[in-house]
Amino acid sequence: MDIDLISNILYAMVRTGTPLLIVALGELICEKSGVLNLGQEGMMLMGAVVGFVVALLSGSLLLGFMLAIVAGMLMSIIFAVITMELSANQVATGLALTIFGTGLSAFVGADFVGKPIDGLDPIFIPVLTDLPIIGRMLFGQDLIVYLSFVLFGGVYWFIKYSRPGLILKAVGENPHSANAIGLPVLKTRYLAIIFGGAMAGLAGSYLSLAYTPLWAENMSAGRGWIALALVVFASWKAERVLLGAWLFGLASILHLVFQGLGFSVSPNLLAILPYLATVVVLVILSSNQSRSRLVAPMSLGKPFYAKS
Amino acid sequence: MPKQPVPPRLSLRGITKQYPGCIANDDVHLSIAPAEIHALLGENGAGKSTLMKVIYGLVKPDRGELLWDGLPLEVKDPAHARKMGIGMVFQHFSLFDTLTVTENIALALGDDAGELGPLAEKIRTVSEKYGMAINPEREIHTLSVGERQRVEIVRCLVQDIRLLILDEPTSVLTPQEVEVLFVTLRQLASEGCSILFISHKLNEVKALCHKATVLRGGRVSGACIPSEQDTTSMAKMMVGDDTPVSTTYPKVLGDKPVLEITQLDQPSHDPFGVHLKNLDLTVNAGEIVGIAGVAGNGQEELLASLSGEALSKAGTVFFNTSSAGKTDVALLPPDQRRALGLGFVPEERLGRGAVPEMSLTENALLTGFLTGLVKQGMVGWQKTEAFADKIIKDYKVKTAGRHAQADSLSGGNLQKFIIGREILQDPKILIAAHPTWGVDIGAATAIHKALITLRDQGAAILVVSEDIDELFLISDRIGAICDGELSPIKPTPQSSIEELGRMMAGDFSPQVQPATEGTHA
Repeated sequence: MDIDLISNILYAMVRTGTPLLIVALGELICEKSGVLNLGQEGMMLMGAVVGFVVALLSGSLLLGFMLAIVAGMLMSIIFAVITMELSANQVATGLALTIFGTGLSAFVGADFVGKPIDGLDPIFIPVLTDLPIIGRMLFGQDLIVYLSFVLFGGVYWFIKYSRPGLILKAVGENPHSANAIGLPVLKTRYLAIIFGGAMAGLAGSYLSLAYTPLWAENMSAGRGWIALALVVFASWKAERVLLGAWLFGLASILHLVFQGLGFSVSPNLLAILPYLATVVVLVILSSNQSRSRLVAPMSLGKPFYAKS
Repeated sequence: MPKQPVPPRLSLRGITKQYPGCIANDDVHLSIAPAEIHALLGENGAGKSTLMKVIYGLVKPDRGELLWDGLPLEVKDPAHARKMGIGMVFQHFSLFDTLTVTENIALALGDDAGELGPLAEKIRTVSEKYGMAINPEREIHTLSVGERQRVEIVRCLVQDIRLLILDEPTSVLTPQEVEVLFVTLRQLASEGCSILFISHKLNEVKALCHKATVLRGGRVSGACIPSEQDTTSMAKMMVGDDTPVSTTYPKVLGDKPVLEITQLDQPSHDPFGVHLKNLDLTVNAGEIVGIAGVAGNGQEELLASLSGEALSKAGTVFFNTSSAGKTDVALLPPDQRRALGLGFVPEERLGRGAVPEMSLTENALLTGFLTGLVKQGMVGWQKTEAFADKIIKDYKVKTAGRHAQADSLSGGNLQKFIIGREILQDPKILIAAHPTWGVDIGAATAIHKALITLRDQGAAILVVSEDIDELFLISDRIGAICDGELSPIKPTPQSSIEELGRMMAGDFSPQVQPATEGTHA
């Protein structure tokens, strides 16, 4: 295998893994606060369609990305109000949000299917881009990929070292204790949910504005679900989310690799790999009860009723 | 000292808090001087919890005011309370299992916590100063219950503490640990900190507290100096005059083994669980065996393998009831064990003892289905309702009626209902976990009497409890469980609180006679 091919595979791996990484980081924060939001897919699709339509009409990619983030946040606020204020079941609400987002995005984007747009260009960094093997992977990407590196660093630091990160973990583990010692449970959960929405919106617009610059119905193709699995796969640790997102990215482009190596395997068969990997990982993780109990936020998915 | 009177550290004036359907606090007056250890006595539901939540800023009173060092103060929230120097040790700990001691304490301190490194150092120093050494690097789930309480207390001590509130702090401790706690509290008080000690254990209040205020039904029903009172007179203040407060029951010894555990060795699948190690236990017909122990030492695992929620290796658990002779039940599920005459009162009332969202009638059916309430797969609702009514009537359950949801009942009333449901099915074996936990004295007495009556009818009864006084009161034989191991079970009159305390801490050696000879060397 020549160096160019490896370099290209790594480049494509990171590029493919980026939307997964972004949405999974958002979900990670959300789940750390004890909230399970299954609406990732719906929020991503809304981000994708809003980003595309805005960018096409205004001619500004930046505006597209920004409003996509806003769209994701608005979607997540719907979820937050229903689950926090009305104490609805998180799983049911999240599923409803996905169905809602899928339908609404198809409706909004109906007139824009197949329209062309100039996607986001890569930004080459002098010297670094030309490094062998990892040059293109890390320094030949577009702005959003670089942003995903920054987001990863930020989330990692936030959870591990910051005081608000500690509060986030405390709220996710035991909201009643957190309330008793005076931590703002609902506010923390609101912010975490909204961050998750913003990330899903951004990830969605990355798909429609950079990865494959066009809008197609249901174009997120299950990435929101993979991201959910990814968070479990990563056992709620940011560094493993990064690793997992890139691994899943690699699995998605394996057919290119095989072509490059001269094997002929049906691309359809290879396309199931990420999903298969998800199932395998979930089975392995849940097979060990004690491990899964120690790593998951203890109050994940449980509503919190403030008593006064 | 000049005669200028020192204003009380805290005084409450006419605190009133009403919830829909009940008055939790009604015109409560209370005052605590600096360096005073003040007891707040009362039964469950007397309004103790609400009152301390008012002081700690978790609940806003409808009326009344709070004076702090003589000046009016409105506590906005717990953070504000902490800032004023009010610390609180909760009954159900407000700790986070997967975080370290330092992180837990940093969370409560808010922005004053500073860097974790220096804070850990401070935790070490403070905890050693007060004789409650803890390692700040440990994660909470690796600590024992007693150690967790230390973390809660140290959390209050690392800041400038002027009033420490403790909510039933001794309920989770061995008698020896209680002694250590009292030494710490006395030291704190001698340094000028006021302490509000919430309890319903009169002996402890007598031993520790300078003054006491008694609540009943949300109102102050009396105030006294505990050292000048006897426990009966304080109990009267708590429960009113018409409830009998103390009684003793004759001790008996059973003959025929009905429940037998032999060499039960059971690893736990739960990372927070306890491995049961080679347990041997026999409960005879017509006796009550009491098992003491600090929470989390294997009680749950033991109860689960007796009730059938956890299955064990064949040949480790036997029932010997009249219907089938000696039967190996280790592999039988709960309903088949019930069919052999088992009654079971689990520790958790809502969720395992009763389904919270279901009516009392439906909850009565849940374990009563083997007593003829279900015929050919059809529920006989009339019979079930009659059964529920009988439980409510016989056990004086305070409720709106059999249609009331289980979670609408207070803890004590639900417990009476669950105990009643099991006893009225006339079990040959009754296993009861914490039968009177959180139940007021009057109801506890009723439950004890019901257990004694059942015993006298020839049932074999196993009681697992953290309340040592209760175990000594009703058990005929007594022992303790510690870290999954069972101490020898002795006839109650031959045991002592001191010995049981050592057993709860894992020291199963026979009582050492005080050396009277050969020590003068």
